[in-house]
Amino acid sequence: MTAYAPPTPARRSPVRLDTDPYLSRYADRVTGLAASEIRALFSVAERPEIVSFAGGMPDLSVMDLDAVADLTASIIRDQGTVALQYGGGQGRPQMREALVDLMAYAGVPATADELVVTVGGQQALELIAKCFIDPGDVVIAEGPTYVGAVAAMNSHQADVRHVPMDGDGMRMDLLEDTLAQLAREGRRAKYVYTIPNHQNPGGVSLSEARRVRLAELAVEHDLLVIEDDAYGLLGFDGEVATSLRTLIPDRVVYLGTMSKTFSPGVRSGWIAAPTPVREKLVLLREAADLCPSNLTQLMIERWLTTQPWQEQIKRYRALYQHKATLMLDALASEMPAEVDWTRPRGGFFVWLTVPTGIDTSALLAKAIGRRVAYVPGRGFYDDGNGGDQLRLCFSFPPTDRIREGVSRLAELLHDELGLLRSVYGDDAPELAGRRGGGAGA
Amino acid sequence: MSGTPRVAVLSGGMSLERDVSLRSGTRITTALAEQGLEVDRIDVDAGLVPTLERGRYDVAVLALHGAAGEDGTIQSVLELLHLPFSGSDVLASSLAWNKPIAQGLYARAGIAVPERITLSQQAFRELGASAVVDRIAPLLGTPLVVKPVTGGSSLGLSVVTSAAELPGAIVGALSYADAVLVERFVAGTEVAVTVLGDRPLPAVEISPKDGRYDFSARYTAGATEFHAPARLDADVVAACERTAIDAGAAIGARDLWRADMIVDDAGTPWLLEIDTCPGMTETSLAPLAAEAAGMAFPDLCRTLVGLALDRAA
Repeated sequence: MTAYAPPTPARRSPVRLDTDPYLSRYADRVTGLAASEIRALFSVAERPEIVSFAGGMPDLSVMDLDAVADLTASIIRDQGTVALQYGGGQGRPQMREALVDLMAYAGVPATADELVVTVGGQQALELIAKCFIDPGDVVIAEGPTYVGAVAAMNSHQADVRHVPMDGDGMRMDLLEDTLAQLAREGRRAKYVYTIPNHQNPGGVSLSEARRVRLAELAVEHDLLVIEDDAYGLLGFDGEVATSLRTLIPDRVVYLGTMSKTFSPGVRSGWIAAPTPVREKLVLLREAADLCPSNLTQLMIERWLTTQPWQEQIKRYRALYQHKATLMLDALASEMPAEVDWTRPRGGFFVWLTVPTGIDTSALLAKAIGRRVAYVPGRGFYDDGNGGDQLRLCFSFPPTDRIREGVSRLAELLHDELGLLRSVYGDDAPELAGRRGGGAGA
Repeated sequence: MSGTPRVAVLSGGMSLERDVSLRSGTRITTALAEQGLEVDRIDVDAGLVPTLERGRYDVAVLALHGAAGEDGTIQSVLELLHLPFSGSDVLASSLAWNKPIAQGLYARAGIAVPERITLSQQAFRELGASAVVDRIAPLLGTPLVVKPVTGGSSLGLSVVTSAAELPGAIVGALSYADAVLVERFVAGTEVAVTVLGDRPLPAVEISPKDGRYDFSARYTAGATEFHAPARLDADVVAACERTAIDAGAAIGARDLWRADMIVDDAGTPWLLEIDTCPGMTETSLAPLAAEAAGMAFPDLCRTLVGLALDRAA
């Protein structure tokens, strides 16, 4: 190569450089979609050096993969031309029958005709948002709530009103306040979105008494309730709570998923909805992706009809109970007294509240430096709250790294509290202990 | 070396700017491959040295952002391996990386830099520095810019308008580095001048649509308007270019660097910092500046390879 001389830049008159020439064409709902610092940091959190409590994933190490391999091979052999073909928009009748049995196991009544099979629970959230929300419409949700639900509601420009939780789930007195406030504004909520069992990210469940109260309020205020039951079968004690769908079937759109009890890789969920809603949802889904995959539906049908899937759910429960215990024990012995967290009795998550003054979004950078990751709280709210909260997932990290990860995080929070005191001096924000096991803001 | 050079594009790593780095690295790799070079993108980890030795590379192109990639660490490993690499050497990299040191050198070279105070975590923990925080606003005025002393992409940066917001901003910035820089806020036109070889590329004027050139405005396509050359008087643009060249000389930067500055109402460019391994993503300033000079992105990448190889020749 010859010696290199960079070209002399040409002098030109100023021009506007477009980094996105399509900008003027986007729909309004796209304008809020932007690069995020937190998302960029997660790119580091995926590295193996880091104990990540971030991703909310099942631990598939206890999955009977041989059984799945055999049933998948037999599907292709016996029903290959069906498995590899298009299907109906509502989902296969046999799949829906199998899901009805699974719902019965969770104590939720349904008929196959009421069900629409979706591509994971996330498509269900998107279809429901698309079905009900016009820009600016009000939706009520727990605060915090599932980040994917916030994204789906945001993409349809909803006005999300959060109702705080405590150890018994969404606070009904505050829900009533929100409903009263909406009445004063002359508005009504299109729906109330709730995850009543082992909530993501709160790690708490709605008490039986509050389920009854929510049902009463739904009747009184003419509410539609979206009951997202992703974790209902993952109570550590094997107990299932009363489904809202049981209490007020005409006012509930129920969401189920195979992602927590079987596999998120098959991308399978479902909606159980009153007939008129179900019909709209099928049409919307056909516009989105025509139909769910026949192959994965057949896998689930065979899983639910030929395999001991109840035993698999028990294995998951036992594993997650063990992991949750490890995490809660580590938190109890290592965390500063000023930090509070929920005590889950099922599901995937523990929700931490740290003293005001610590910003969990900014702290993530330091946490990654200490080789531990979590999800900062702000993403679980649509209103900017959650800056002093964070989510820890116990279901996925390996058993032998949970204590190590909690220790790293605890040490960081101890240091951060010390720093906070030293920076603020006499003006330090309220750092008093506030342990109580609630999930509220 | 004979024939086509074998190029290692180094990106990723454990830095907080890993994601940006991977985007830069992927884009450079594709561009160099299109030019017919043999090129591998390497995600930097503990296996880097054996990977580089096995690969028998002729040259490395650095697309690493953040600690270990920009602070001289990787540069010193590559020097030990006698592998030519693009960009600044160990000393220049480490000087530019530490903003207080670099700003001191720029000031000594006669370049205008905003008045600033550096406070370390240690100063708060061990020296009771909280007692002097309330002196900063009277000294420098408000608003104030608070940022970590190291790192890029605006991570940890905030602008405070009152003294009461300072402690919170300081704690936030200390998440990204062990010390913070509190700087007088300079109002004006934001300009970046990229220097390639020894020549400035057209000054790029930065106009974020929502007013702040933060992480989201940097990496969301369309969120910021860029004009090149900057819509400023010719003598002001020339002053910006001179600032970029002089500042590079003050720390000994080479090949490619980007000088970020703000031009105030009087036409004075105030230098904020130099980035010795600037971003090369679709929304990054250095490639935009090259584009404004009529130089396509693959040519810019090829130029970097050429500069590194010529130094080794």
